[in-house]
Amino acid sequence: MKLDTSGLETFAPFHGANGDLCGELSSVPSFSLPKADNFDDFQKKAVQMVKPAKGTTTLAFIFKEGVIVAADSRASMGGYISSQSVKKIIEINPYMLGTMAGGAADCQFWHRNLGIKCRLHELANKRRISVTGASKLLANILYSYRGMGLSVGTMIAGWDETGPGLYYVDSEGGRLKGTRFSVGSGSPYAYGVLDNGYRYDMSVEEAAELARRSIYHATFRDGASGGVASVYYVGPNGWKKLSGDDHLSKKDVSKKEKTRPVRCIGYKLLNHVLRTEFLVDG
Amino acid sequence: MSIFEYNGSAVVAMVGKNCFALASDRRLGVQLQTLATDFQKIYKIHDKLYVGLSGLATDAQTLYQRLVFRHKLYQLREERGIKPETFASLVSALLYEKRFGPYFCQPVIAGLGEDDKPFICTMDSIGAKELAKDFVVAGTASESLYGACESMYKPDMEPEELFETVSQALLASVDRDCLSGWGGHVFIVTPSQVIERTLKARMD
Repeated sequence: MKLDTSGLETFAPFHGANGDLCGELSSVPSFSLPKADNFDDFQKKAVQMVKPAKGTTTLAFIFKEGVIVAADSRASMGGYISSQSVKKIIEINPYMLGTMAGGAADCQFWHRNLGIKCRLHELANKRRISVTGASKLLANILYSYRGMGLSVGTMIAGWDETGPGLYYVDSEGGRLKGTRFSVGSGSPYAYGVLDNGYRYDMSVEEAAELARRSIYHATFRDGASGGVASVYYVGPNGWKKLSGDDHLSKKDVSKKEKTRPVRCIGYKLLNHVLRTEFLVDG
Repeated sequence: MSIFEYNGSAVVAMVGKNCFALASDRRLGVQLQTLATDFQKIYKIHDKLYVGLSGLATDAQTLYQRLVFRHKLYQLREERGIKPETFASLVSALLYEKRFGPYFCQPVIAGLGEDDKPFICTMDSIGAKELAKDFVVAGTASESLYGACESMYKPDMEPEELFETVSQALLASVDRDCLSGWGGHVFIVTPSQVIERTLKARMD
């Protein structure tokens, strides 16, 4: 059996020519660079042009039972809210999750890319990749593009042979192991609630509630975070979605409304009026 | 980021049948950070004249104080309240005084004039008046307000229908803006009464 060491190389060798079917997939995609006189200047302008969705609140923490991962669901472009129903938690495989902060396209693309690499690792080695290994795979790729305008701030969370794992990885090349992280413009607010309420020996229910509350308070203070909080739990048997926009069936409308605490405008507006009517004097 | 978007705001005025509505959001923030959700953006000049001030909050408050001061002087000299049209000219003149260092505000003026004829108007930060017969909007949510008002407005609405329309337009618009929302504040002014209502809204 040949040992796959492609993860150790910045740019994997090109396998396609020698009949390797997965050659194209296992190599790091390489992108053509623009032919500009001043690359830095061009790059800066290009990044401004595709200025991606930035405002976000995501968090993840390890506790007794496993890992909790949570995120809001708003996508904004400057002051404009482009969507209130974004999936910011990316399912890499049944045991591993990634969160999305920074550029939506960058996060989506490199998480999908990481998913492919993790699957190939699984096929080559007959065992699932560790969270440590997966996060390093991603960090190495991001490092190879450092300074070229990628915008990724992610947490890789999952369960492997060593138990729960959590890493913070960003496009500046940083990779941190930890038990508690929050990423995005709403992270200071989320940290406030999270640090205050965190205990290692929480139950899954308590932990999920803490995560939800942290996201909720962040969406209140941070203009760029909002929508619904989706919460995932990763345990020994893989991840499970505990709450979010689509975890309830569409038929169960009454239950669905209960899970959306921030949405309180109805068509019967008059029910929501707090104060009314006074007469003009004179 | 523009200084006009530093605090965030949404203001809209709409004309109905012998009445008008003036509504605003209630958020005060510093860029993306929400500081308060009970901030006043609509000010009373007299019983039938209100002004909504969008833009930089500090300038809005200063401008309001100067407007009250000038209106008091006017009242003392004329022994009556100011007409909305006249007041609009006053605001315009006050803003143009600061042509090369303006107040970073976009005012919305709404009032009942002679024969209780509704008058609405907005202007830019240096006092260019923009009169309208139907509705005017201002603030960071102005683009989405234009869309909402354009599709919801009908001429000659009665006060209650006008309230419903202006409220729905406001709430729908601030849902697409990061910097405004967190509640609404609506004034409906008719010749005989003023209805002031606070709206509950999304708090994100």
